[in-house]
Amino acid sequence: MITLQHYLILSTILFSIGVVGVLTRRNVLVVFMSIELIMNAVNINLVAFSHQLHDVAGQAFAVFVITVAAAEAAIGLGIVIALFRNRETVHVDEIDLLKG
Amino acid sequence: MWEALLFYLLAAVTVIFAIMVVTARNPVHSALFLGGTLIAVAGLFLLLGAEFLTAVQIMVYVGGIMVLFLFVVMLYSLERWGQGALLSPNWKTAIVLGVVLLAELLLFTWKGLSTFSVSGMPVPQEIQGNTESLGWALYQQYLLPFEVASVLLLVAILGAVLFTRKPTAKDKR
Repeated sequence: MITLQHYLILSTILFSIGVVGVLTRRNVLVVFMSIELIMNAVNINLVAFSHQLHDVAGQAFAVFVITVAAAEAAIGLGIVIALFRNRETVHVDEIDLLKG
Repeated sequence: MWEALLFYLLAAVTVIFAIMVVTARNPVHSALFLGGTLIAVAGLFLLLGAEFLTAVQIMVYVGGIMVLFLFVVMLYSLERWGQGALLSPNWKTAIVLGVVLLAELLLFTWKGLSTFSVSGMPVPQEIQGNTESLGWALYQQYLLPFEVASVLLLVAILGAVLFTRKPTAKDKR
């Protein structure tokens, strides 16, 4: 029998993989993909609670999370392209314009 | 029985592909593995009875966001820039922090759920017709957030266009 706990543990693991990806990778595109993994972990949680509580509100929230993820991907990739044009790099440790 | 089998299959695909996203050297491979993870998560949504979200997940995430990633990687041949060191200089600290975070979250999930009584909550009437009920919720209870989300998407379009256009002579002055 698959319970809420199974889904929560799955989303915990997915979230942690995403966090490790954001913190360790140098390529800014992979960092963005890791952020998508984190958002998917959140969505699994929301939908699992929605299923458990028989309340559609969690799914409505998941729709908003997907909306924000789409906007974030568009803006983020726009920033990556602008950055690549100006600095010729996609490595996060070489992006230090604000460092004095 | 089938539900458990499907859950474990989809969960394994999700986790393995997510690990591949983070560990793959080539960003194109990362993006393709991300697509696999997203499709598996869509299957989990289906298992949870969220048909509309399954469709949205596949159309928006796999058909939109993942293709956008692939498009950018290939358009600017960014995979060439994936050469050199794979990990940032402080990766050891980051992995330790990630493991600590995972342990904490698992502990809280394990211990916390017994104190958080789900069964004591009021259970509304059974949802029938997932898309219909979600539509009612979105257009009645969550109408304002829905409109705000549409404004957010408009701003995102404008922002993406602004960031990616070529700098004109006027900008350089």
